[in-house]
Amino acid sequence: MRLTTPLVHSRHLPVADLLSQPMTESPRARPTAGSAEPGDHDPMIVIHGLCKVYPNGQAALVDIDLVLERGETLGLIGESGSGKSTLLRILNRLIEPSEGEVTIDGQRHRDLDPIALRRRIGYVPQDGGLLPHWTVGRNVALVPALLGWEAERRAARSQELLDAVGLEPSRYLERLPRSLSGGERQRVALARALAASPDLLLLDEPFGALDAIRRFELQGLFQELRDRYRTTTVLVSHDLAEAWRLSHRVAVLREGRLLQHGEPRTLLEAPAHPYVERLLSYLVPQGAR
Amino acid sequence: MAGGRHRAVGAAAVLALAVAAALTATLTATLTAAVVAAQPAPVANGPRSKVVVGSKYFAESRLLGEIFAQLIEARTDLEVERRLGLAGTEFCFEALRTGAIDVYPEYTGTGWVSLLHESPAPSGSGANPLRELRRRFLDSWDLWWLAPLGFENSFELAVPRELAEREHLRTISDLVQVAPRLRAAFGHEFVEREDGFPGLAATYGLRFASIQAMVHAPKFQAAGERIVDVLDVYTTDSQLVIYDLVVLEDDHGFFPPYEAAPLARGETLKRHPELGTVLGLLAGAIDANLMRSWNLRLQQDLLPVETVAADALAELGLVGDPGSRSQATERTRAPIPSWVWSQRGYLGRLIAQHLVLAGIALLLGVAVALPLALVLVSFAGSWAETAIRAIGTSQTIPSLALLGFLIPLLGVGALPAVVALWIYSIFPILRNAYSGIRDADPQAVEAATALGMTPGQVLRQVRLPLAAPTIMAGIRTAAILSIGTATLAAFIGGGGLGEPIISGVQLVDSRRILLGAIPAALLALIVDWLLGWLEGRLRPSGVGSSIETRS
Repeated sequence: MRLTTPLVHSRHLPVADLLSQPMTESPRARPTAGSAEPGDHDPMIVIHGLCKVYPNGQAALVDIDLVLERGETLGLIGESGSGKSTLLRILNRLIEPSEGEVTIDGQRHRDLDPIALRRRIGYVPQDGGLLPHWTVGRNVALVPALLGWEAERRAARSQELLDAVGLEPSRYLERLPRSLSGGERQRVALARALAASPDLLLLDEPFGALDAIRRFELQGLFQELRDRYRTTTVLVSHDLAEAWRLSHRVAVLREGRLLQHGEPRTLLEAPAHPYVERLLSYLVPQGAR
Repeated sequence: MAGGRHRAVGAAAVLALAVAAALTATLTATLTAAVVAAQPAPVANGPRSKVVVGSKYFAESRLLGEIFAQLIEARTDLEVERRLGLAGTEFCFEALRTGAIDVYPEYTGTGWVSLLHESPAPSGSGANPLRELRRRFLDSWDLWWLAPLGFENSFELAVPRELAEREHLRTISDLVQVAPRLRAAFGHEFVEREDGFPGLAATYGLRFASIQAMVHAPKFQAAGERIVDVLDVYTTDSQLVIYDLVVLEDDHGFFPPYEAAPLARGETLKRHPELGTVLGLLAGAIDANLMRSWNLRLQQDLLPVETVAADALAELGLVGDPGSRSQATERTRAPIPSWVWSQRGYLGRLIAQHLVLAGIALLLGVAVALPLALVLVSFAGSWAETAIRAIGTSQTIPSLALLGFLIPLLGVGALPAVVALWIYSIFPILRNAYSGIRDADPQAVEAATALGMTPGQVLRQVRLPLAAPTIMAGIRTAAILSIGTATLAAFIGGGGLGEPIISGVQLVDSRRILLGAIPAALLALIVDWLLGWLEGRLRPSGVGSSIETRS
């Protein structure tokens, strides 16, 4: 019943090779040169036999196996209701799985304290999820403050990250979220997610609510930051082009099942399921245009 | 999983502590309120013993209560506490039976009809109705009917003097022939009660051209303008004089006698026999004309009840100098601003009482509703809505009914009033606090949780600050509700701005009604404005307290 990938992490192509060969006709549809140095086969998160059945009987995830290499960006794609957000929330234990397990750096997920675990995981939801009653500075310093950092260290870190996301600290630190544009809010949310140098970054359709130009800018910014901080990332998206462009590998979910998992090019060359093929057929002409 | 459970238990413990603290605060505050309200039960070991005198809300009952009080003060060593103006017969009787008051003026007919739910034996039957009434009250409740004051205040029929003279009407029997040409106006109760018009009509064979049910005061105005011809009145009603009406004799003896007499607790009389002795001085001392003239001074001259009572006692030769009689001063006809100015001390006291009543109730409401909202949000899940709806039914209890229920438990005065207001204030605060906390910006709450805030931190640092405006809106609603409802406290002797409103309605004195109603409305507006200002200050701005760290 399981449709796993022909290539998971055993023999993927050398990075240079991958980058030298355009996956599609579109320059937008693949990682830019030098942007990715994913896994030297260093599994960070191993998901095994994961199932999630909600109390109403709905099966959100069925028997998922996935491995996330350190430093890679995994794109989770699928329609709404495919289980991608459920999988993301299981990773930071907002949701507990019904069966199966997740290990992170060899430790069983369920043996870890969920609060401490979440403080090691950055999170950016679609609308940013900024605390509306806190200033930008306090929002960015949220996790450092929870971790008990000194005030000066928090302030320095907030400034550094606002700089990194392209917001002038002196102009933004004291502002409240409601005075920011949608793009600025997502930048702050990204800065907040990265503030305590998380081991893992979870992005839940982080650019979905932005107009095309802002989205493109933010995607570029994300690539830049990811390359600077080399944070292992899971990116949930229903935007194929976005997932293709930003991910080292892609996992396709449908109705709670993992249809295929692999490098974007592998999926294109050897789609393991008619659904994947159909999905990609939307992508290619768009990229070729 | 285990970690999560420990944390849930930790959060439960924190909330349980919060609830315990709030309940302790509530209990302490309630006890303080009880002490402040000075439970009216007499205290035997004080330096001076105290008796509590009650009365009903209407002018004559208040005046008699005040006369009792001044007489006891002047002729005994007892200290008197006044609980005048209670909402009605049931309230006075419950208060007396449960010891919240010691004595109040009652009418024998009311004793039969409203308290024993029987008709007295017909006066012609040879039985002595008063003797029988006394026996029944002594046996059932150890309540004593002391010697009647000397006048009756029965139901009567009255007609304008001009009509009486033209048609030669002296008795109700005289009325029977002309009645089909006359228009009657009766009180609602009189129209319905078997011992009212239905029985009267059957006894005399009485039929009118039309019968209109009206409240007491406008009925007299209608008679004065000759819109109606016949009305039901009370024997000692001063309006009879004001509108020049003639009372028709009940020649068939249909109406039971409503003799006025002090009704007192046997227990109090045993402890303070001088109370019975001194009230005995009033036995047979007041006839109907005298009582009517005093009522007139209250209602026509608008003299304060204390003044009229003092003059009455002087007139009876019981207290003070019989020659000195207060005049209907220029205050009676004074322009409204100077009249209001002359009432400033009284008004200030009422406003203070009103604010204390509503304020304590509101604080207690907050102390209970906020922790309850937290408990419901945290633990009740889908049961929360049901629980809130159940609490919401408290809102549907009519306020007078609630006050009536509370008298046997808490007596009369400020305490039951505060408790009633407190019960009414819980729901609006709870409803708003619950929705505000539960529905606080879900994205912000999820992000805060996902980034590693503990449930306690999410509650304190995210949910509560974001819910603050909604919570304040609930408190504002409760505050306005409390200030409005606190006017009813006067019905159970709790004081406040309801006092002039209730007595003003009874005295048909719109100045007095406005003296209570306008400050009550202004108070509601000012308090709403103040709380609105406070809400602005409390609205989260994003600067201030530092983030707590998890230990």
